[in-house]
Amino acid sequence: MTNTISTLAEAKKTALELGLLDEEFEKIVSILGGRIPTYTELGIFSVMWSEHCSYKNSITQLKTLPRKGKRLLVEAGEENAGLVDIGDGLAVAFKIESHNHPSAVEPYQGAATGVGGILRDIFTMGARPIAALNSLRFGSLSEERTKFLVRGVVHGIADYGNSFGVPTVAGEVYFDPCYQGNPLVNAMAVGIVKHGETVSASADGVGNIVMIVGSSTGRDGIHGASLLASAVFSEAAEELRPTVQVGDPFTEKLLLEATLEAIGKKLVVGMQDMGAAGISCSTSEMSAKAGTGMKIDLNKVPLREATMSSYEIMLSESQERMLVVVEPKNVDAIKEVFTKWDLQAEVIGTVTDTGTVEISYHGEVVANLPSKALALGGDMTPVYQRETREPSYLKETMGFDLNSISDIDDANAMLRSLIASPNIASKRWVYEQYDSMVRTNTLDLEGSDAAVIRVKGTTKGLAVKTDCNSRYVYLNPYRGAMIAVCEAARNIACTGAQPIAITNCLNFGNPYDPEVYYQFTEAIRGMGDACRTLETPVTGGNVSFYNESPSGAIYPTPTIGMLGVIDDIANVVSSGFKNDGDAILLLSAYEPDAEFEGLGGSEYLAIRTGGKAVGNAPNIDPGGEARLIDLLVTLAGKRMLKSAHDISEGGLAVTITESCFSNMIGARIMPPSSKRNDHSLFGEMQGRVVISVAPESVEEISMIVRSANVKLEVLGTTGGRSIIVDGLIDCDLDELYSLYTEAIPSAVEAVVEL
Amino acid sequence: MKTRIIVFPGSNCDHDAMHAVANVMKNSDTEFVWHKQDSIGKGIDLVILPGGFSYGDYLRTGAIARFSPVMKDVIRFANEGGTVIGICNGFQVLCESGLLPGVLIRNQALKFRCKWVNLRGENTDTRFTNALLPGEIIKVPIAHGEGLYMAETEVLRELEANKQVVFRYVSEKGEVVSEANPNGSINNIAGIINKEGNVMGMMPHPERACEAILGSADGKKIFSSLARHFEFSRSLNEAQI
Repeated sequence: MTNTISTLAEAKKTALELGLLDEEFEKIVSILGGRIPTYTELGIFSVMWSEHCSYKNSITQLKTLPRKGKRLLVEAGEENAGLVDIGDGLAVAFKIESHNHPSAVEPYQGAATGVGGILRDIFTMGARPIAALNSLRFGSLSEERTKFLVRGVVHGIADYGNSFGVPTVAGEVYFDPCYQGNPLVNAMAVGIVKHGETVSASADGVGNIVMIVGSSTGRDGIHGASLLASAVFSEAAEELRPTVQVGDPFTEKLLLEATLEAIGKKLVVGMQDMGAAGISCSTSEMSAKAGTGMKIDLNKVPLREATMSSYEIMLSESQERMLVVVEPKNVDAIKEVFTKWDLQAEVIGTVTDTGTVEISYHGEVVANLPSKALALGGDMTPVYQRETREPSYLKETMGFDLNSISDIDDANAMLRSLIASPNIASKRWVYEQYDSMVRTNTLDLEGSDAAVIRVKGTTKGLAVKTDCNSRYVYLNPYRGAMIAVCEAARNIACTGAQPIAITNCLNFGNPYDPEVYYQFTEAIRGMGDACRTLETPVTGGNVSFYNESPSGAIYPTPTIGMLGVIDDIANVVSSGFKNDGDAILLLSAYEPDAEFEGLGGSEYLAIRTGGKAVGNAPNIDPGGEARLIDLLVTLAGKRMLKSAHDISEGGLAVTITESCFSNMIGARIMPPSSKRNDHSLFGEMQGRVVISVAPESVEEISMIVRSANVKLEVLGTTGGRSIIVDGLIDCDLDELYSLYTEAIPSAVEAVVEL
Repeated sequence: MKTRIIVFPGSNCDHDAMHAVANVMKNSDTEFVWHKQDSIGKGIDLVILPGGFSYGDYLRTGAIARFSPVMKDVIRFANEGGTVIGICNGFQVLCESGLLPGVLIRNQALKFRCKWVNLRGENTDTRFTNALLPGEIIKVPIAHGEGLYMAETEVLRELEANKQVVFRYVSEKGEVVSEANPNGSINNIAGIINKEGNVMGMMPHPERACEAILGSADGKKIFSSLARHFEFSRSLNEAQI
C-alpha cells in the first residue's frame, strides 16, 4: 500500500477497514480541512480513536467518578498512572490494566506483555516498581482450553515479573463459564518515588530533543490497540496472533535501571512509555499535553526490519521502548546512560510550537496531524454517549425463589465441596510460580486478606489487593460494583491498613449493546458512590470493552485495585488463628435487607444450581463499611487483633476454615441463628469480619466495637485439629487442607489420555 | 567485612544483598561493582554474586555472565583464596565459570518455584557456616526455575567425601526426603563449597531471610559466620605481626 491515497472514496474505504466509523471518517476529513488523509494518517487515527486509546464510549461515565482527594498528587488520567502521597516525602504510583484479548490468542506473550506494559507505566513516571498483582479469570477448569490458558498465562506472568525483579505479591483467580471464550488478564503494578523526582509525560520546551530509547521497533503488535483490544472476538481470533506483542523482561529490567538513572541525573524533561499505538500515541499525547508539536524523522528510529513502512513504524507496539524529551545539552549524557545499560538511545525529532505531529520518512512528510485531534481529552476526539437498556435476564435472576432450593442436610459434605471448588481452593499452584519476595519488602503473613509491602526507611507498609466478584455485578451491577470496592477496602482494613485510593480495570462486553452499556453505567455509579463514601478516589485505570465470545458477553467485571497504608508494620494483622483458646468473634457492620440474603450469587448457590448465578447480590452499605474499616484500623493499632478475615465467597464456614489453615489451629463455634442452615453457614452477607482475640480482651473489645456502632457476636473458641460448628459441621482439618491444596494442581496438571 | 556485590545486567537481588549486608548486618564498606569494570578493587574480604537473571538467562543460566569483564578479576580473587559467595543466579555463574563443580538445570517440575524451605547445615566448619550448630536447620526461601543441582558420579562422591555439601534440603524434622526437595537436586543438595573452602554457592536466598518480619532471620547466620571469620583472621594476622 502506498502512503498517498488518491480519492476520498478510497480513503473512506480504507478507514472503515481499519475499524473507523463513517462519522469518524467525516470528522477526520474536516479536521484536515478537506484534505485526503494519507494511509499512515488513517492508521494513526484508527489506533488513537480506537476504544482502547480514546475511551470514546466511556469517558463521559468515567468523569462521574470521584477523582480528587487530599492525598492525590496527580488526577486520574493526567499521567501514566495515579500518584498518591503516603507521607515521609514519598508517593506511590499504581495502576491496573487489562491484556485480555492478547492473552486469549497467545496466553504466554499476552500475559507477559501485560505485566511489562503496566510496569513501564509506573517507571516512566520515575517510580521504582515494588509490587505486582494480577486478577485472572478463566472459563471452567474442566475444559482443556482453560488448562492451556491457565498454564500459559501464569507462566507468562511469572517469567516476566520474576526476571524483571518485581515481587508478585497478590492476586485473584476465578473460574466461570462466562469467561470461556474470553479470559481476563488484569495486571497491576505499584511503584514508589520521592516527591519532586517524578517525571511527567509532557513534551515541554520548544526546541527540545525527542529521543527513542530501548528496543528497536519491529512488526509486532501492529493494530493491537484497535483490531485486537477494541473489537468483538470471533472464532478466527487466532489469526490475530501477529497483533500480540512479544516481551523481553531482560531488556525491560535494563530500561528500568537506565530510565531511573537518567531521571535521577535530572536529564529528562518528559517521558512516556510506548504501549498501545506505539510512537503514534506517545508523540501525540506528549505534545498535546504540553500544547506543543513534534517533528519526527522515522528514518532515525532503530528498526528490526529495514523494509518497514511508515504505517508499520507508527503503529508498531514493540515492547520495552520509551519516548524521551530532553534538552539539547543533555543528549550526550542520556546516550551515555543508556549505552552503559547496553540500550539504544536515538534522536528522532524535536519539539515544535506548531501543535501538530509532523512525521517524515525518506524525506517526505507522511503524516501531519494536530496532536489534540489524536490525544485523549483533546476537544477534537470523538466522544459518545451510548444507549442503555435494563438487561432482560435481570427479571429472571432477580425473581429466583430461594425457597425452590431445599436447605442442606449434610453441611460437612458441602464444606468439603466449597473448600475444593476452584474459586475458593488454594491458588498455591499459581503463586508459587511467582517470585513474591524479591526486593525483600514482602511481609510474610502466612495468609492475609491483602498483601503488605514495607517501605524501607520508614515504619510504614503498603497494603494492596485486587477484588471483584463478577457474579454480584452481573446480578446487580450497581450493588456489585459497590461490593467490589467495599470488599477490597475491607480486605485492606483486615491487615490494619487504611484504604486510601483505587485503580480500576473495567472489563465489559460490547458497549454498542444497550444491555452491556446499562451494566457499565450502573457499575460506574456504584463504584463512584462507594468510593465517595470510603474516601478512596479513583486514580486511573483502564477500560476494556468487547469482552465477548460467540457465546455472549462476560459477566461485567470492574476489577478494583486498592491501595492502603499502615503507619507501623509492627501492627500488621494476618488472617490465620494464632493460638489455642482464643475467642472467635464476628463483627457485622449492618443488617441484611432481605430474607436469606447472601445466598443470591453465592458460591454455595452456584454449586447447588450447577454453576448458575441467580438471585440478587447481597445488600451493601458503604457507610457501614466505613465504620467497620475505621474499627479494624483502630483495633489493629491497639494490637488487640490476633487475626482478622472478612467473610466472602463460601460464607462464614469457609472463612473460619481458612483462618484455621494458616497455622493448622482448629475452631469450635456456635452457628449464628437463621431459619436456614445453608444461609447461616455459607451465606455471603457483606460487611462482616471474623476476628480472633485473646479471651481476656473480649470485654474491652466489645466496648470499642459497640461505640463504633458495629454489632459483635461471640462465635466460639480456637483450638484442636478440626472445625466444629455445633450440630452442623465436624471436619478434620488435615483432610480439608488436602482437599484445599490439591484441587487446583490436580485439575490443571491432569494429563489427558489420548 | 569489606564486601563487593557484582551487578550484572539482569541481576535483581543485588539491592537485597546490599540491604542485608549493609543495613541489617551493618557493614558500612559494602559497594556494588558494575560488571564492565575489570577490577573488584583492593583489600576486599567478600565478593557476592547476587541472584537474578543475568543477561536474561535466555541461553543457559549464568553462561554469558561468566564472560563479563569483572569475572576475570573475581576468578583471580577466588584462586588467590578470596571469599566468594554465589546466591541463586550467582551459584549458576560460579558453576559456569568453573569455580564450583557441577551444573544447575531446570527444576524437575519444569516450573519456577518460590517458597520457604528448610536447610540443614551439613558442614558447619566453614567460613560461611561457623555460626551454625552442627546439623542445625535454618528456614530460608528459594526462588528459581533452574536449581536442580547435578554432577557426575565421581564429582558427587568427592563432594560428599570432602564434606563439600554445605546445605541440604530437609523436612521440618531434618529428614533428607524427596518431599523436602523443591527442585529434584541430587542428594537434596542446596549448596556446595569448593575444596579450598573459600567459594560457596547456594540456590536458597539467605539475604531474603535476615529479618523476622520477612519470615525468617536465619539467613543472618551465614553473614555473621563470615563476619566472625574475617574478624578472627584479622586478629590472627595482628597477633602474628
